[in-house]
Amino acid sequence: MKTFFLLLARNRLALAGGIVLLIVVLLAIATPILPLADPDVTNTSNRFHPIFSEGAPLGTDHLGRDLLSRLMWGTRLSLAVGFAAAIVAATIGAAIGIIAGYFGGRTDNIIMRGVDMLMAFPYILLALAIVAALGPGLFNALIAVAVVNVPFFARNIRGVTVGIANKEFVDAARLAGLSNTQIILSEILPNVIPVIVIAMSTTIGWMILETAGLSFLGLGSQPPQADLGSMLGEARSALITNPHTSIVPGAMILIIVMSINLLGDGVRDALDPRLKSGALSRPMAATRVDRADLPPPATGVGLLEVKGLETQFHVKDRIYRAVGGVDLHVEKGECLGIIGESGSGKSVTALSIMGLVASPPGVVTGGAAYYDSENLIGAPYRRLRDMRGRNVAYIFQDPLATLHPLYRVGDQLIEAIRAHRPIGKAEGRAKAVELLKAVRIPNAEQRITDYPHEMSGGMRQRVGIAMALANDPDIIIADEPTTALDVTVQAQILTILDELRRSRGLAIVFITHDFGVVAQLCDRVAVMYAGRIVEEGTKTDILVAPRHPYTARLMACVPELGGGKRRLEAIPGLPPAVDKLPEGCAFADRCDRVQTDCRAAEIALVQHCGRAVRCLYPVDKREAPE
Amino acid sequence: MTGYILKRLVSAIPVLLGITIIVFLIMAMIPGDPATAILGSYATPENVEKLNRDLGLDKPLFQQYIIWLGNMLTGDFGTSFALNRPVLDEVLERFNGTLVLAGTAFVLCSFLGVVAGVVSAANQYGAADKVITFVVLLGISIPSFFLGMMMILFFAVNLRWFPVSGMWPIYGDRTIGVLLSHLAMPATALAVVATGVIARLSRSAMLEVLRQDFIRTARAKGVHERGVIWRHALKAAMVSILPVLGIQAGFVLSGAVYIEIVFQWPGVGRMLVDAILKRDILLVQGGVVFVAACYVMFNIAVDVAQSLLDPRIKT
Repeated sequence: MKTFFLLLARNRLALAGGIVLLIVVLLAIATPILPLADPDVTNTSNRFHPIFSEGAPLGTDHLGRDLLSRLMWGTRLSLAVGFAAAIVAATIGAAIGIIAGYFGGRTDNIIMRGVDMLMAFPYILLALAIVAALGPGLFNALIAVAVVNVPFFARNIRGVTVGIANKEFVDAARLAGLSNTQIILSEILPNVIPVIVIAMSTTIGWMILETAGLSFLGLGSQPPQADLGSMLGEARSALITNPHTSIVPGAMILIIVMSINLLGDGVRDALDPRLKSGALSRPMAATRVDRADLPPPATGVGLLEVKGLETQFHVKDRIYRAVGGVDLHVEKGECLGIIGESGSGKSVTALSIMGLVASPPGVVTGGAAYYDSENLIGAPYRRLRDMRGRNVAYIFQDPLATLHPLYRVGDQLIEAIRAHRPIGKAEGRAKAVELLKAVRIPNAEQRITDYPHEMSGGMRQRVGIAMALANDPDIIIADEPTTALDVTVQAQILTILDELRRSRGLAIVFITHDFGVVAQLCDRVAVMYAGRIVEEGTKTDILVAPRHPYTARLMACVPELGGGKRRLEAIPGLPPAVDKLPEGCAFADRCDRVQTDCRAAEIALVQHCGRAVRCLYPVDKREAPE
Repeated sequence: MTGYILKRLVSAIPVLLGITIIVFLIMAMIPGDPATAILGSYATPENVEKLNRDLGLDKPLFQQYIIWLGNMLTGDFGTSFALNRPVLDEVLERFNGTLVLAGTAFVLCSFLGVVAGVVSAANQYGAADKVITFVVLLGISIPSFFLGMMMILFFAVNLRWFPVSGMWPIYGDRTIGVLLSHLAMPATALAVVATGVIARLSRSAMLEVLRQDFIRTARAKGVHERGVIWRHALKAAMVSILPVLGIQAGFVLSGAVYIEIVFQWPGVGRMLVDAILKRDILLVQGGVVFVAACYVMFNIAVDVAQSLLDPRIKT
């Protein structure tokens, strides 16, 4: 509750809205004791006095009544009616929603059918029908507006209740022998109240508008009693000659409703946990680059060379160092494997190269990525866009999420080509079929008209690969492309990739957490831990004789077929949080070889005979765990 | 597709029946008896009784409903006592005006709302986003009738750009240009609130979609940012925007009542308010049922559009 008010107060607009609303409400409450003229005393000789007249600060209306006084009384009435309608609608709607959601089954069905019927009416039309039956009058208008809003509350609250009614604590209460009424009051209601508050805060402005509207039409408050709507309605005939009589009540409605809406938005944001993390910010077209130092120069190894790459996530005042100085390179026709646990920074490294890290919150804070001696990090967006897919292409995990659900796969393939060169309809189609054939999709001619959801996981991933191949790139970065697939399909995909590499001379950067995949496909391997490379070398070196304790422990986690009764050793503990990395070795806390100097200072990646390891006490081949 | 449309039309039948039941029940709540209302308080008891018999009001409620429904199905919505003409004729004539007004407003708010939402989301926290967010907030907070009055004052009286009111001039040609000049202000005033609501929703729908994996795929392919926003993201966001357009159509259609009053526009809304004040019950009943039925049909069209947009919906 305290955090709620804190969040609300931090939202400046909501705070402003709240303050304005509070002032208006206080004035409305205090109206009877304020020294105001009688709002209903007519004096036709004083009609239509302008604003700032003697004795009438806001002037007088067509019957010579004091506008300030009428405004205050009208505001009081409008607010009272609006709030009352909101409370009535919320109470009845919540009751209906909770009953429907809690009891479910036929009760739910019948109630919600009725609610749907009411919602089939255009909103204001239903209110008009109700007023038509009950007759014009403020109280009847209140009823009409409340009734019209009941379905909205009922629907929202039913949805939430259904979710809560199936939770364990409700089952527990039921087993404890509580009656339905007791459960609803003690278990359901407290959990539903935030939703009711959100729904109220977003609709109360509406209800004030609607009651004012009915009064404006002459169907709400009847003279001489006047709310803001009927003041506006009466003033309409003098709109052109004496506009101030219309502007005064109209502006008041605007102020009230606007402050309520501002406050309501604030309440919703403060209560809606999804918005708390700030996760709803949109990723920009390319990752933000904010380097303190000049990018390190290229050394000229490899077709793609990553030097000292640092990528961080800035969330609120926290900094997560996802990638902390990574050096990599890959040659033409070579396959480099990057292996590590989830969260080790391998995907972020790969995405940083082409500026595809979601930003905000991602920021590249250092390093360079040279493609053919051109630095991609910090390259202008136009250049980056031009090279994406044409020089460096990506294959992602989980092709159901990574393919657009509403476009046919053929069109998505053709678009990948069109992004880089104009292509005719027939040629595009032929090329799409050719690409699908290259990744061995049967019936390619028919399948190009499929939507992604109509394909199997393996087929979708083939489409993903075909899309990466569309512009004959030199480098393919595959980010766990087989993780979501079953083993046989995984083997097929790996075979396809391997063949493509050999036939087209592709360089592949293959990100995985699976040593089996590394063994099958890669030439060299880099092992990542907590945003850094801890070991690098040829596949055989690493697989046969891992030197970093982390690599060794990681491999010991892999079960081997026919490997006898070896104990599978899970690595104790978790990787460190990348917003508070330790001083020395990041693996120290989980390492069984740790010494005091491991934690003392930064440990360098030491090159030795074509392999590198970041460890003071590397594992020797002889003592490697068997 | 035809099968799906038929299925949706059939499923609308219970909704339409429900609408007639609700309208009928609401009208049955009316205190006193309609015959007295029609004939006035000086009518003789014999006349009241005769009229009650003629209107079928002496029969049980259920029977009254069946007769009323049966008559409506044959196109007989009864006779408006105040206007002394068939309800259906009057409603149809007035609905034309409402359709022109609400239709224009709906096109305006759908287009402007979606564009504003997309631009806002694409420039999140940027200057355009802030301006749009503020204008939208203003738009959803201002009563449409007040806005309409201010527009009359400013654009019609001061600047003399548009005529003050009405659909057609009393004298002169009825050309499309004349209609548009009469339509500009009321359609805009009617569209403002819905534009705001649609813009807000479109913005959040776009922000939701822009974080999805397939957007990153589109960028990785090298698709231009314009294409990413307006093709990839907007198409996916439309899945959640379309239903809101359907709901807003209802607001525009029924909110037309205020605008019709402010701008003296000949439409169903104004007719209904007059009928309510004169207690012309049959006209209210017929008008409400007719407009609600049109709205149900419109929502079916929205559902069909939704199924065309999203192939994952089973048709």
